[in-house]
Amino acid sequence: MAVQYADGVIIGADSRTTTGSYIANRVTDKLTKVHDLVFCCRSGSAADTQAVADMVHYYLQLYAVQEGERPPVKIAANLFRELCYTNKDGLSAGIIVAGWDQYEGPSVYTIPLGGSIHKQPFSIGGSGSTYIYGYCDAAYKEGMTRDEAITFTKNSIALAMSRDGSSGGVIRLAIIDKTGVERIFVPGNQLPRFWEG
Amino acid sequence: MEPATRTQNPVVTGTSVLGIKYKDGIMLAADTLASYGSLARFRDVERLIKVGNTTIIGASGDISDFQYITHLLEKILIKESNTEDGHQLYARHIHEYLGRLMYGRRSKHNPLWNSMVVGGIRDGEGGTFLGFVDLQGTTYEAPTIATGYGAYIAQPILRKAVEGREDTLTEEEAEKVLEDCMRVLFYRDARSINKIQIAKVNASGISISDPRFLDTEWAFAEGIRGYGATD
Amino acid sequence: MTSIGTGYDLSASTYSPDGRIFQVEYASKAVENSGTCLGFRCKDGVVLAVEKLVQSKLLVPGSNKRIATADRHIGIATAGLLADTRHLVNRAREEAQSYRDLYRAPIPAKMIADRLGQYVQAYTLYSSVRPFGVSTILATVDKTGPQMYMIEPSGIYYGFYGCAIGKGRQVAKTEIEKLKLAEMTCREVVKDAARIIHLVHDDVKDKDFELEMSWILDSTMTHEFVPKDVADEAEQLAKASLNDDMDED
Repeated sequence: MAVQYADGVIIGADSRTTTGSYIANRVTDKLTKVHDLVFCCRSGSAADTQAVADMVHYYLQLYAVQEGERPPVKIAANLFRELCYTNKDGLSAGIIVAGWDQYEGPSVYTIPLGGSIHKQPFSIGGSGSTYIYGYCDAAYKEGMTRDEAITFTKNSIALAMSRDGSSGGVIRLAIIDKTGVERIFVPGNQLPRFWEG
Repeated sequence: MEPATRTQNPVVTGTSVLGIKYKDGIMLAADTLASYGSLARFRDVERLIKVGNTTIIGASGDISDFQYITHLLEKILIKESNTEDGHQLYARHIHEYLGRLMYGRRSKHNPLWNSMVVGGIRDGEGGTFLGFVDLQGTTYEAPTIATGYGAYIAQPILRKAVEGREDTLTEEEAEKVLEDCMRVLFYRDARSINKIQIAKVNASGISISDPRFLDTEWAFAEGIRGYGATD
Repeated sequence: MTSIGTGYDLSASTYSPDGRIFQVEYASKAVENSGTCLGFRCKDGVVLAVEKLVQSKLLVPGSNKRIATADRHIGIATAGLLADTRHLVNRAREEAQSYRDLYRAPIPAKMIADRLGQYVQAYTLYSSVRPFGVSTILATVDKTGPQMYMIEPSGIYYGFYGCAIGKGRQVAKTEIEKLKLAEMTCREVVKDAARIIHLVHDDVKDKDFELEMSWILDSTMTHEFVPKDVADEAEQLAKASLNDDMDED
C-alpha cells in the first residue's frame, strides 16, 4: 500500500511470504528500494517481482548517472510498466511504485497484472487488498498530514492482515520525502486491533 | 500438460464505448471505469482520447493494451509531423492503421484485446468519419457504433434515434440519446459506472468533456414488494 | 595548408605527428563554406534561422529544407553537407523515439545532444568512414526550460545562448553578442534573426537564398516554422534596415 500526503509518501506492507499455505518467511521486507527516493511494494510472485525490481534498480542507476539527476517517480514507474507489459504472459507481478521527485513532489503509481499504469493518490495491492477497499475508500481523506497518513496506512494493513490468510506478520512502513527515507516497524504483537468477533 | 498458448486474456478492462453521427459531426461516449474482474478497480480512467487535432478514439477491453496503442499512435503522429510535408493523419488514416495493427497482432496469435471506436474528420477533404475496429482486425464504418454490452443494449436505441437523421440530429438531441444509452448501460451492465465522458468532433474542433455523473432513477422501486409476480 | 601531401590527412583513423586529425578539420571546412545558420536561446524559447543558398532557379521554392524536426520538442538546424544533415536528423529521430519507448517521456535536451555527439564522434574513429560534414544546432525545450546545443563534426558539443555557424559566422556572432537574449522573447528575436541573416548574406558571391526560420516556444513545447506572416514581417524589416544602413554610407 502507498499513500501520498502533502510533503511525501507513506508506503507500507505486511511481512508474510507463502508457498501454498506454508509461511516461507514471516518477516519479509516487501518494501524495495529502486533508487534513493523511489520505492516499490511488491505483490504476486516473489521471484518475478524481485527480478523486475532488480532490473528497474539497474535502469535507474544508469538513468541517474546519464542524466545527472535523480530519476522522477514517473520514469521509474514506466520502467516497471514496460517490463510488466512486455512480459505479461510470463509474469505474476502487481507493483506499486511510490516516491518523491523534484518535479512532481510525492507520487504513487500502480501497475496491476496486465501491465497497465495508473497514477493514484493512494493505492492498495496484493491478496489482502480486496478485503479493505471499503475501509480505504471510507477512511481516505485528501490532504492528510504525515501522521494521519501513517495511521491510515497502518490501520488499513492491519485490517487486511486480520482477514487475509496470505497476509500477516509485522507491518513495515517507509516514509519518503525530499529529505530521505524513514522506516517504521510495527511488531506482530503490537498491531492496531479492531473488532475481533 | 497444457497446450502452449500465446493468446493473452484481458485483465484490467473498460466496458462499452458508443459513437454516433449527428448534424455537426461525431459524438462518442464512454464511462471512466477500469475493472479488475468484477472489482471496480480504477474509477477515473479516461477511455476517450484525442489523436492529433481531428480524431478521437474510444476504447473498450484491456487497458494496458490501450495504453500501448496510445503510445503507438503518438509515435506515428510524431513521425508524420516530422516530415513537414503538409500531410496529416485524419480519422480515416488512424482507423486504417488500427485495423492493420489489430489484424497483424491477431495473425501472430497475440491480439491486442480491444474494441475501438474511431471518430473524427474523415480526411484532408473534410467530411466526418465514424468507424469500428476490434481485436481481430474487423473494421467497418456506420452512423452508429457500440462496443461490448453497448452492442446489445445501446445499438438498437441509437439506430432508432440516428439512422436517416444523421444530417438533422442536433447536438442537444445527440448528447441526450448518448446519455440515455449510458444510463441504460449503467442499469444493466455490471461492469459499468455512472461517471461518463462525452467527446465531440464538429466545426469548432474536437473536445472531450470532463468526467461527469449521470442522474439515475430509483424512486419507482420503493413500492415494489415480493417477487414481482402479479398473482 | 602545409599538411596537404604529408599523407596524414587521408584517413580519420590516423593522427598527424602533432596530434591532429585532418579529416575532422576538413569536415569543418565543409561547414565553414555553408550558408550561415543561427541559433538564439531567449527567455521564452529558442529561435533558429538559416540562410539557405539556392543552387538553381529551377528548384521548387521551399525544397531542401535545412531546418528539421526530430521530435515534437526538438528542432535541428545545420550548416554543411545537406545529405549528412538528413542522416543525422534521422538518427536524432531514432534516439528521441527510443527514449520515448523506454521512459514514456520526451528526451531532455542534454540527452539528445549527448547521444548525437557520441554518434558524430564515432565517425572520427575509423578509416572506413568519413566524419560528418555538418555542424548541428539543436533547439529544444524540456522541463528545465529552453535549451540550445551545437555539435561540431568532431562530436564535441556545447550549450549556447547564441551561436552562429557557416560562412557569415564571425559577423553574425558579433551581432548576436549585442543582443540581450535572456530578456528577449522569440517574437522579438525573430526580427534580429532575419536582420542578421540578411546582413551576413554576400549577394556578390552567393546569388539567391531563402530565409528559413523556426522556433520552439516554452508555452507550446513544439518546434515549428515561424508563421508566414511573422516571418514575412521580420524579413521585410530586415531588408528595410539594410537599405537604411546603405543610405548612411
